[in-house]
Amino acid sequence: MSLLEVQGLAVHYGGIRAVKGIDLQVEEGEVVCLIGANGAGKTTTLRALAGLLPAASGSIRYAGSEVTDLPVHARARIGISLVPEGRGVFPRLTVAENLDMGAYSRRDRAEISADLEHVYGLFPRLYERRSQTGGTLSGGEQQMLSLGRALMSRPRLLLLDEPSMGLAPLAVQKIFETIRLIAAAGMTLLLVEQNARLALESSRRGYVLEGGCIVHQDDAAALLASPRVRAAYLGA
Amino acid sequence: MDVLLQQLINGLILGSLYALVALGYTMVYGILELINFAHGEIVMVGAMVSVSVLAALTAAGVPVALALPLALAAAVVVCVVTGVLVERVAYRPLRNAPRLAPLITAIGVSIVLQNLAMIFWGRQYLSFPPVIEVQVYDVLGATVSNVQILIFVVAALTMGGLLLLVNRTRLGRAMRATAQNREVAGLMGVDVNRVIAATFIVGSALAAVAGLLIASYYGIAHYNMGFILGLKAFSAAVLGGIGNIPGALLGGLLLGVIESLGAGYIGDLTGGFLGSHYQDIFAFLILILVLTFRPSGLLGERVADRA
Repeated sequence: MSLLEVQGLAVHYGGIRAVKGIDLQVEEGEVVCLIGANGAGKTTTLRALAGLLPAASGSIRYAGSEVTDLPVHARARIGISLVPEGRGVFPRLTVAENLDMGAYSRRDRAEISADLEHVYGLFPRLYERRSQTGGTLSGGEQQMLSLGRALMSRPRLLLLDEPSMGLAPLAVQKIFETIRLIAAAGMTLLLVEQNARLALESSRRGYVLEGGCIVHQDDAAALLASPRVRAAYLGA
Repeated sequence: MDVLLQQLINGLILGSLYALVALGYTMVYGILELINFAHGEIVMVGAMVSVSVLAALTAAGVPVALALPLALAAAVVVCVVTGVLVERVAYRPLRNAPRLAPLITAIGVSIVLQNLAMIFWGRQYLSFPPVIEVQVYDVLGATVSNVQILIFVVAALTMGGLLLLVNRTRLGRAMRATAQNREVAGLMGVDVNRVIAATFIVGSALAAVAGLLIASYYGIAHYNMGFILGLKAFSAAVLGGIGNIPGALLGGLLLGVIESLGAGYIGDLTGGFLGSHYQDIFAFLILILVLTFRPSGLLGERVADRA
């Protein structure tokens, strides 16, 4: 049984049918990416999976149970964690308070401080800035904070929405290094990325989304080699 | 008698009451971007309930040391229930409506509460039972009474408690996170509806305390008292920077002091043309000045793009 099983998911957003009945699965421990052009429905899909947008139809099963109608906070509490597009750092909470918010649903104090050390180990920059407010960080640092905050919830399924967006090349490199580290440690990841090459190179499988429909799905290596995908998304 | 010192003392005490009420406006605005015009009415309900209960208890021979806390508890319960009901019935259904809809609803709720209070308590003024024997102390040529000191101490303790709640507790952190980004707070596992309800609970409890203190300050309570009071406290919140908790404290205290000094000196300044009963104009003068020259308020920083 897959950790995430989506069947016939349709989502309306801003009066349009942004996602028109898609099927996708993510196995436990797998890294899967969703690629496609701007407006293809990638972000809408992730937001519906996290519970920020209601499903117009279809079903979302997670860890064997139906979560389609669960509110966002309830999904967060059972391990679905979305790192949103634009990062969503709390601008007037300190870095440490932001990370603390990631562990909001947890009660295991000792484990939380161990995870905090782990996150500070992944991102020493966050430790240096722990008393600064989130709004004063650079874009790259905010992305680190957003990712670190998601890890603080000990997610079982991590949804990443455009982690490279608006970042300098060096910051993108650093974020993707960390994403690969997290994946190597066994985290299940569903990644949405505008930068298709980067996404496919970090994933095992990929789905290609076009106009709200999945038009192609395969192993990441096969997609990278596919002439159609290369022409449409890899600029080659 | 030292007029300046006297007006400063009066102003600080009055200002601590404005600050208590302003906190309710600012907390709800911070989280919902809604100006809860019904908040002044919640304060009125707190005043009416505490005066009624206190009068009934003291008439029945209950000692003051017991009757006062009981009156306060009754006011807190009634105000919290009212506040939560208002949020649930009037505001929550409009959570995603255009901003004007909840604003107008808030004004409607305010009128409804006023009329309910008028039906329930009548049009007459309720007088605060003289439960504490007033003693007046001399401070460097000005006077201050034990009741005034008590009012100031209770207001200060209540505000201190609120600051602890907001800055040091899990609920407080959830409130701040929800105020800054409701969607992401939900992603963190925060049940945003519960946090919003909690904000109304806390704000209404503050209003109950304020209601009792204000009734004891003026010696009366009246179904109509929440209106002007609410507008003044709202002005104080805007002065400090609406949505900003330290701003509400600062704005409240400043407004109290400005009003007192204004009332004390307006006669001299206008050559006797205007008397101290014009003190109410200062709040609105300040509101107009702040909205014109510094809409984000003294400590605010983020209102401009949302107004």
